[in-house]
Amino acid sequence: MQYEAPETTKAAVGLLAKAKGSAYVLAGGSDLLVRMKGGFVEPDLVVDIKRIKPMREIKKTASGFVIGAAVSCAEMNENKALVKAWPGVVEAAGLIGSKQVQSRCTVAGNLCNASPAADSVPALVAAGAKALIQGPKGKRKLPVEQVAVGPGKNALKKGELIEAIELPARKDRSGDAYLRFIPRTEMDIAVVSAGVNLRLDKKGVITEARVALGAVAPTVVLVAAAAKAVIGTKLDEAALAKLGEAASAACKPIDDKRGTIEFRTKVAAVLAKRAAEIAYKRAGGK
Amino acid sequence: MAVLVSTAINGDTVEFACDPHESLLDVLRNRLGLSGAKEGCGTGDCGACSVQVDGRVVCACLMLGVEAEGRDIETVEGMSHGTELHPLQSKFLEHAALQCGVCTPGFLMAAKALLEHNPDPTEEEIRFGLAGNLCRCTGYDKIVRAVQDAAKVMRG
Ligand SMILES: Cc1cc2nc3c(=O)[nH]c(=O)nc-3n(C[C@H](O)[C@H](O)[C@H](O)COP(=O)(O)OP(=O)(O)OC[C@H]3O[C@@H](n4cnc5c(N)ncnc54)[C@H](O)[C@@H]3O)c2cc1C
Ligand code: FES
Ligand code: FES
Repeated sequence: MQYEAPETTKAAVGLLAKAKGSAYVLAGGSDLLVRMKGGFVEPDLVVDIKRIKPMREIKKTASGFVIGAAVSCAEMNENKALVKAWPGVVEAAGLIGSKQVQSRCTVAGNLCNASPAADSVPALVAAGAKALIQGPKGKRKLPVEQVAVGPGKNALKKGELIEAIELPARKDRSGDAYLRFIPRTEMDIAVVSAGVNLRLDKKGVITEARVALGAVAPTVVLVAAAAKAVIGTKLDEAALAKLGEAASAACKPIDDKRGTIEFRTKVAAVLAKRAAEIAYKRAGGK
Repeated sequence: MAVLVSTAINGDTVEFACDPHESLLDVLRNRLGLSGAKEGCGTGDCGACSVQVDGRVVCACLMLGVEAEGRDIETVEGMSHGTELHPLQSKFLEHAALQCGVCTPGFLMAAKALLEHNPDPTEEEIRFGLAGNLCRCTGYDKIVRAVQDAAKVMRG
């Protein structure tokens, strides 16, 4: 195995593009090194992106936040402006693993690893985040919900990598939240999860909504029907009930030792409703 | 092919050669004779291999040795000053916060990082902060008491 730690994105893309055998980006390594150890992957080339300065930075711009692909989740949680603007996204990122894992893991890695249970992904999808991709043919932007295409599979082409995750600017009277169900209180994989982002008008009526569910389908799903169920309402009982129904209807989960189909389908509704209530409060709704 | 790496461990400049796929934990234990960090699982679950890298606690089993280039690494071997134990070490002994001791170096490093970021944690914060460290012997209570007591000493 060859290890490279280039200092520019261009150099990283060049290495990945011309690699002969299997080539992997190394961010925090909390998925990649585990899979290498288990013998599931045997990279010929590993490209460590942590020496690329712009990828280590969180930038606040007029159009939102640009989170470099090598920024750890611990660093995200220490960025006050980011925590204030996107508490749901930061909470979700902060749920990944232990303190030890937090010091290294990244949301871009969480996204590229393409687990349906990836904690940060439903929150990023609800937020309307985009992946900034760079490759041999230049740059492109992809909505995060289009990055994972199946369990463990992502939409990146040979030589491409995610440079950063872009979050929109926080609008007036809007808020987000993320919740997951795990059997323990920490250090576990989501059995079901939900991310919600809402915007209200001055009267507290929801004008924009995005609802995403994790661990209930082969990829994280954006549930348009759930958003529709709450738009135009003040998140009253009836709207919440409809939101829950839409969330359950969107579930195509698997049955496994962590949760049955029935359980996941039911809990998806519960979490979507609770996350919506938190997001509504954060948006200033009463 | 072995790669030459230059890093700082417990304040000393250290150079070593390792294979690119070798974990930092294997380098510390097998090449540098620093056997304080333990391998409990090798997959990031138990925390027995915890060390600090640039002031943050990480699992040495989930980092490559080659990634250590130019970094600042602290291991449990650097915790005491000669024979003078770190307050966490003294309090672990005093509270009998260990039995077999395999988890102890990891708990010490994780607790040190926790107290450096939060000198006065609540019991809940301690339990969450140390959730990445598993102990099969003590049942955790004594570890939590030892950390609380050490925090008090360290706050002075
Ligand atoms: C003990 C433990 C507990 C965990 N708990 C959780 C949890 O609670 N919730 C959860 O969601 N996950 C959890 N995970 C999984 C893992 O920590 C996360 O998925 C993490 O976000 C991965 O990020 P990373 O930077 O470490 O990725 P890496 O391991 O560096 O990379 C993951 C994959 O993505 C690719 N990749 C990484 N960055 C890029 C990029 N910028 N461009 C293109 N490809 C890229 C890599 O090649 C690799 O295939 C846990 C892992 C461990 C070891
Ligand atoms: S040996 Fe590294 S976490 Fe268990
Ligand atoms: S003392 Fe034996 S594992 Fe903790």
